[in-house]
Amino acid sequence: MMKKTDICTIENSKIILNEQIIFESETENFSDFAKEAYKTLELNYPKFHKMDNLSKLAFLASEMILKNDDHSNTALVFANKSSSLDTDFKYQESINSQDNYFPSPAVFVYTLPNICVGEISIKHKIQTENAFFVLDVFNEEFLNSYATQILQSGKAEKVLCGWVELYQESYKAFVYLLTT
Amino acid sequence: MNREIYITDYNCVTPLGFDVEANWKALLEGKSGVTLRKVIENHEAFYVSKIDSEKLDEEFIKHFDNQNFTRLEKMFLLSLKPLVDRHSISDNTAFILSTTKGNISLLKNETTLPEGVYLSKLAQKLADFFRFKTKPIVVSNACVSGVMAISVAKNMIQAGKYEDAFVVAGDEISEFVISGFNSFQAIGSEPCKPYDKNRNGINLGEATASVYITSELNQKEKFKFKILGDSAINDANHISGPSRTGDGLFASVQNAMKEAKVSSDQIDFISAHGTATLYNDEMEAIAFNRMDLQNVPLNSMKGYYGHCLGASGLLESIISMESALKNTLIPSKNFEEMGVSQDLNIITENQSAEIKYILKTASGFGGCNAAIVLEKC
Amino acid sequence: MEDLKLELKNKIIEVLNLEDVAVEEIKDTDPLFGGGLGLDSIDALELIVLLDKDYGIKLADPKKGKEIFQSIEVMAKYIEENRTK
Repeated sequence: MMKKTDICTIENSKIILNEQIIFESETENFSDFAKEAYKTLELNYPKFHKMDNLSKLAFLASEMILKNDDHSNTALVFANKSSSLDTDFKYQESINSQDNYFPSPAVFVYTLPNICVGEISIKHKIQTENAFFVLDVFNEEFLNSYATQILQSGKAEKVLCGWVELYQESYKAFVYLLTT
Repeated sequence: MNREIYITDYNCVTPLGFDVEANWKALLEGKSGVTLRKVIENHEAFYVSKIDSEKLDEEFIKHFDNQNFTRLEKMFLLSLKPLVDRHSISDNTAFILSTTKGNISLLKNETTLPEGVYLSKLAQKLADFFRFKTKPIVVSNACVSGVMAISVAKNMIQAGKYEDAFVVAGDEISEFVISGFNSFQAIGSEPCKPYDKNRNGINLGEATASVYITSELNQKEKFKFKILGDSAINDANHISGPSRTGDGLFASVQNAMKEAKVSSDQIDFISAHGTATLYNDEMEAIAFNRMDLQNVPLNSMKGYYGHCLGASGLLESIISMESALKNTLIPSKNFEEMGVSQDLNIITENQSAEIKYILKTASGFGGCNAAIVLEKC
Repeated sequence: MEDLKLELKNKIIEVLNLEDVAVEEIKDTDPLFGGGLGLDSIDALELIVLLDKDYGIKLADPKKGKEIFQSIEVMAKYIEENRTK
C-alpha cells in the first residue's frame, strides 16, 4: 500500500508543511510572497527569480518536501486546472500590439505547464518519470492511481504528486510524497 | 501480471488528408504539407504545414450540423468521429486529450480569459459532444504529450481504472506559438531538414490524430499493435535546451525497451522526433547511439508535417503503424547530408521492410522526453 | 558612454531577473557569459530582444550576439554605433 509521507500546502500567503506553518507573509501579492519566502527560507537558488509564478509555486512546495535528500528515484506527477494560462496571458500581451511587438523568449518558455516540473528536476538533478496533467478539478484519486502504476511497474521508488493551480492572484499548491 | 493493451484503430486530420488512407498515399508520393505562408500580420512569411481552412470547413459540414466550434475543435471532432462510430463508449471508457496550447488563439486582445482557452473545458466540450461518461484527462507535457497520451491510456487501463480509451491529440498553428518559437530563433528559413548538415530550425505544423486503445479484443480488429513499454524521463538539465549527452531520451528509450523486453537489435524502425534544430537532432543521435540503435532504420516526419507540437507524437505513431502494416519505410524527408556527430541509419527512400517492433520517441521543452515500444501483432 | 554602461547594467539586472546581483558587481570588462552571472542561452536571446526594444537594433544574424554580448564595454560600444532609438 502507498503512504503519503509529507504534505505541503501553499495558499493565502502561507506555506504549511505537515500541518505546521513554516512561513507566512502579510502581503497579498503572490510575487512578493514568493520572493519573501525564498529569502526567509534561504533557498539560495538564483534561477528561482527567472521562473514564472506557476513554477515558483510548484518549486516552493516541492522544496519543502524534497529538501536536500536523495530523490534520484522520485517521479514527478503534477496537475492543475489553468495550465500555464497565467504566463500565457502575459505573453499574449507582449504580442497584442503591432506597434509594441516584442515577444520575450524568457516568458514564452513558461507558456507550457510542464516547465514547472522541469524546474524541479533541474534543481534536484533528478532524471525520473515526469508527467503533467490538466484536470477540471483536483483529482487526488487520479494522481494516486497514476503514481501507483509508476511505483508498481518499478519505474520509481517514490512519487512527488502535486496540484499546483495558479492564475494571477488566485493560487493553491497541494504537494505530497507517495512511497510504497 | 499486467493486461496486454492494444491500439486497434486510428485516424488523423492533416494538410495531407482527412483520413489515414489519404495521408499514406500522399506520403508515399513524397508530398509535404509544408508551404510558405503569412501567419502573422505585418511579418515575414514562414514555412508551415497548414490545413486548408476552406477544405476543413467543407469536410466538417459533411459530418456535423452544429457549427459552434473553433477551428481546432472542428479538427478534433473530424479526427475522432470515425473512431467513435466504430467503437462504443462505456462507463469505463477513458477520454484522453493531448495538446500543448489548445484554443490559445482565443486569447488575442482579450482582457479576461475566455472559457474556451481552458484545456479542461476544451476536452469537456469534445467529450460531451460524443457523450463520453468519464471525466476527460488532458496530457499537457510539451511536445511529448502525443506519445505520453498513449502511455497514459496504457497505464490507466492496466491500473484497472478503465477498460478502453479514446486518445486524441491536436494543436493548431497560431501567432502565439510561432512568435514564441521565432523569439527562440528556432524557426527554419526553409523546409526543415532533420539531421541534415544544413538544418537551421523547425517548421511549425498543425494536425489532429486519434487512436483507440483497448485491452479487450473482439477478433474483428483490422489490425492490432501491442503497447509493450513506455517511459518519460526528464533530462534535468535545462528548460529549453536538451541534455548534450541525451540523458533523458536515453533513459526513456532504455526503460521502455526494458519493459517491452525488446533489445536494440530487435527494433525494426525508429520514428524519431527530429525537429531540425541544431541541438535536438544532435542530442537524439547521441542518445540512440548510447542505446546501440544507430543501425536501425530511422526517420523524422517533420519534413512532411512540420512540428505539430501536441499532435506530433500521436500522428507520427499512427504513420509508423501504417508503415508497419504496409511493410514500407518512408524516408526522412529533406535529409541530404549527415549533419549530426554520430551515425544514424536515416531512411532516404521508400523501401520494403518487415516491421514488427517500432520505437517512437519525442522530446520537448522543459527537458522532457518520452519513448514507447509498439509490436505489430 | 559611462551613462550607457550604467544603464545597461541596470537593464540587464532587471530584464534577466538577476535579483541577487548589485550593479557594482558587474564590471565593464567582465565576461557576461561564462562568468559569475550564470547567464544562459535564454538570456542571450533576451538580450537580442533588448537591443531591438530599447535601442532599435535588429540583429540580422543572431549568431553575432555572442560577439556583442562579450562584456558591458563591448555591448555599449556596439549600441553607441548602431542605435536607432
